[in-house]
Amino acid sequence: MMEKNHILSILVENESGVLARVAGLFSARGFNIDGISVAGTLEKDESKMIISTYGDEQILEQITKQLNRLINVIKVQELTDDESVMRQTILVKVNADDSTKNEIFRIKEIFEARIVDVSRNAYVLEFSGSAKKMEAFIELIRPIGIKDIVKTGTIAITRSKK
Amino acid sequence: MIKENKKQLMTGSKILIESLLREGVDTIFGYPGGAVLNIYDELFNYRDKLNHILVRHEQGAAHAADGYARATGKVGVVLVTSGPGATNTITGIATAYMDSVPMVIITGQVPTSLIGNDAFQEADTVGITRPCTKHNYLVKDVGDLARIVKEAFYIASTGRPGPVLIDIPKDISSNVAEFDYPESIEMRSYNPTYFGHHVQILKVVDELLKAEKPMFYIGGGVISSNAANELKEIAEMLDLPIVSTLMGLGGFPSEHALFFGMLGMHGTYAANTGISNADFIVAVGSRFDDRVTGKVDEFGRKAKFAHIDIDPSSIGKNVKIDIPVVGDVKSVLNSMLEILSLKSKEIESTQYKRMKWLEELNMYKYEHPLSYKMTDVIKPQFVVEKIYELTDGEAIIATEVGQNQMWAAQFYKFKNPRSLLTSGGLGTMGYGFPAAIGAQVAFPNRTVFDIAGDGSIQMNIQELATAVQYNLPVKIAIINNNFLGMIRQWQELFYEKRYSFSKLNINPDFVKLAESYGAVGLRANKPEQVEDVLKTALSIKKPVVMDFVVAQEEGVYPMVAPGYPITGMLLV
Repeated sequence: MMEKNHILSILVENESGVLARVAGLFSARGFNIDGISVAGTLEKDESKMIISTYGDEQILEQITKQLNRLINVIKVQELTDDESVMRQTILVKVNADDSTKNEIFRIKEIFEARIVDVSRNAYVLEFSGSAKKMEAFIELIRPIGIKDIVKTGTIAITRSKK
Repeated sequence: MIKENKKQLMTGSKILIESLLREGVDTIFGYPGGAVLNIYDELFNYRDKLNHILVRHEQGAAHAADGYARATGKVGVVLVTSGPGATNTITGIATAYMDSVPMVIITGQVPTSLIGNDAFQEADTVGITRPCTKHNYLVKDVGDLARIVKEAFYIASTGRPGPVLIDIPKDISSNVAEFDYPESIEMRSYNPTYFGHHVQILKVVDELLKAEKPMFYIGGGVISSNAANELKEIAEMLDLPIVSTLMGLGGFPSEHALFFGMLGMHGTYAANTGISNADFIVAVGSRFDDRVTGKVDEFGRKAKFAHIDIDPSSIGKNVKIDIPVVGDVKSVLNSMLEILSLKSKEIESTQYKRMKWLEELNMYKYEHPLSYKMTDVIKPQFVVEKIYELTDGEAIIATEVGQNQMWAAQFYKFKNPRSLLTSGGLGTMGYGFPAAIGAQVAFPNRTVFDIAGDGSIQMNIQELATAVQYNLPVKIAIINNNFLGMIRQWQELFYEKRYSFSKLNINPDFVKLAESYGAVGLRANKPEQVEDVLKTALSIKKPVVMDFVVAQEEGVYPMVAPGYPITGMLLV
């Protein structure tokens, strides 16, 4: 069976320890978490976790079933590329001197990134996009000299039915 | 205006106990300590309503509650203190979790204000027990306590049962709140599926009637869903052969003509060969454990599989299933019976092929029955057989883990469900004796045995004091070979007889040990003494420790080497 990335959207009860339960389940059963993003929803007693994981269909089925065994898990849904919008956000601090500024601006324009902090020799860029674009963005920024980088896990939402 | 219907204010301790009573709890197994002193003080007021069994080690409390739960089908309840009290129960909780036993464990916790401060006797109990409970709670507000107890019992006893832990900080047990026990319960995120999908069940029935060589492979789910009668009815209606896991023993009468024994690593030749030749295998409340399947790719390699289980995550976990049925075993079997009741003609037409299939299985049974050779030294299997004869298969048998467990499973012919108490999943040495105590508390008039090894029994021997204090006449049969026998057997077979640290050079004199606790000690050195010792033990209404000095080199056979197909059995 083919191994690939999967994005799971997990609706949980917003109680202390829920993240530990979910994360603990992944580690105890030998599943991977490549990325995770957790925040409240509009309902104050719910949270949503978006977890990126890796494995074949059988592993995905087990993960889903095991998650559903957790008492605090309300719903588990796999989000696919075709049917959902997926985004990651990155903040990257790059060297900014006279020799690199033009290149930074050029990349910013191409990717529609934003400069959110400016100092004498460094800029902080914010960029949000798909995982693929994120890779391309980092690839182009890298030669300029990255001082620090921080990235969110993927967040994702289903597209409306056409 | 005066507020009407003001509910009575109660302390957390009183709320807890009142809630337990409303859940029908009559017995708890516990051990006091600092963080549960409030609760114990309140318990003193309820001593005529709530039977508290004081164990000698918290692990004993957990196993005793587990044995009580397995023997009765009710939720077993444990009460212990924070820190070491809680950590001492972990093995017991993990044991219950692996075997899906309904339990509620109440642990004390340091006061809310001290949590996280490395306070005296503080442990992160909820954190530690998260992976070995079905669910757990830290009570942060006394107003939530009644609801949490209600939920805990509900979660523990429904769906695939399991242990649920409630951690109660000391201030919560003294704080007061209005007591209002919830009548009903609604949990949005927890709704076990009881009724199997009708179309899936129809498929199973069709396939059963079509198959040349169908077989039921039953597990603990038959027992936890109380489905033994339904199973027997279906089996007899269709002349269906049954094989069982360790956990399923008692779910079908062992002496029944359709029963071909336990399968797996120490399964019978008939069960292992039979299931390997079956063309349709229905797993009923079993979970394709590695000790059952052997090399999993070759398990039932000629067969289609159906799997009936209340836990969807069990289905398709180890073996690909052709017809999954998520549901309670009892309910699904009842649906099958309903469907079958309209198919008498089809059933009739299966008679010939069924007869041939049973003939084949019976041939396997007669080719290689379970056997052992008598010598002038006591054989362990002989002891178990004698226990079976003298109790007519009606006793509750707890076992420890290792050779004693396998011999008990092979040679005691269980008639009834809930009569074998054994740690199948976790394989916990030290489980049997406290579990036997729990069962004896539930059934004071039944004969309860712990079939033990000289290694295992020493892991919770302190509970002899509990048995004596409450006059629980548990019979402990120690199969004493001065070895960790199963370890010795593996070392003999797979490690060139290098008996690395498996010989117990020093054992206590078990007879004197029993006597020092106020129990009765008996010993048999020769085969001809076995029956007398057992008869004497059965006639004494006290805990009895029997020391059966047995052949050291005896092994459990058949045996399948780990990772090998179950057809590759080492026979005697």
